[in-house]
Amino acid sequence: MKKERGISVTLISRKKLESFSTDEKIDYIIKEVSKGKILVLENGLTPVEQSALIQQTMAKIDHDTFIGIEMEGYADIENNDNVLRKILNKMFGIIKKPRMTVIGPANLLKTVYKDNNVIQTMIITGRGAK
Amino acid sequence: MGIFERFRETRFALWIQRIFGKRHARIGIYGPPNVGKTTLANRILMDWTGETIGTVSEIPHETRRAKWKSNIKIENGSSSLVIDIVDTPGIATKVDYKEFIEQYGLDPEEAKRRAKEATEGVIEAIRWLESIDGVVLVMDSTENPFTQVNVTILGNLEARNLPVVIAANKIDLEKSSPATLKSAFPQHPVVPISALTGYNLDNLYTTMVKHFGKKRRKKK
Repeated sequence: MKKERGISVTLISRKKLESFSTDEKIDYIIKEVSKGKILVLENGLTPVEQSALIQQTMAKIDHDTFIGIEMEGYADIENNDNVLRKILNKMFGIIKKPRMTVIGPANLLKTVYKDNNVIQTMIITGRGAK
Repeated sequence: MGIFERFRETRFALWIQRIFGKRHARIGIYGPPNVGKTTLANRILMDWTGETIGTVSEIPHETRRAKWKSNIKIENGSSSLVIDIVDTPGIATKVDYKEFIEQYGLDPEEAKRRAKEATEGVIEAIRWLESIDGVVLVMDSTENPFTQVNVTILGNLEARNLPVVIAANKIDLEKSSPATLKSAFPQHPVVPISALTGYNLDNLYTTMVKHFGKKRRKKK
């Protein structure tokens, strides 16, 4: 059967993401994205995981085949009315819950617009996943 | 040595400082590439020590290694804060050497070297987050503030309970909109500045002394 060419967009469930350790999650993302795939994570990465992903991406950049990633996710919704959360934030630091995030290779995925409620990206055609 | 200076050297004074706040802090200047981090670091150093820390350029990733200066005393009326300032490389999720060739006319070898060093700089900048007490996060007030790099840096600082002051830079430019930054990040102090002209730096220093001098429990 002839293999169809196109861009692969993979939606990863919260359950699958939760089954990974942080290192496994980052390895999986880098492996898939460096193959030219776009991932949509139902439950994104924590800020500390995001910075670890950026560090590993930088270490993996090969200037002719992989120039890095495009990553966009929603910020956590602040609930300023919750007194308990306010107290815990003050005592232990703000723990942001990861939310839906799109990640893809930087040569393929471009962010067009982003605010607190909308993320608009564009897939550059002609450079489909291998 | 006067009575006041002698008092400051005493154990009692150190004990008072520990209770009421930090008066010596290591402050990182963070942000994406080309927002004016080194211009701001140079401005702070010029204002308080007469020195500079690094070169600036319109080509992104000019600062590719973290640089620091110690014991800079910032005064604000009767309060003061002694800081070690760390100028960090810009944090990015991608580095494409072809941009340096096509947009800035670098030759391919130089562009590749710059890109390679830039990737190492990003890793170093993130590592420095472990060793600082507070951050001046520089954002370009002419650009959309909702970038993932800004969100990631802020999220990291919040998770570590590190104080942050957002410097809404480049307000000397017509397109600037510091109000957009203020509404995007209402939980943090946002100070509109021009690191280039020095506009409103006094206000930034006041905010730094007030905000970084507070006693906090740093989370590792």
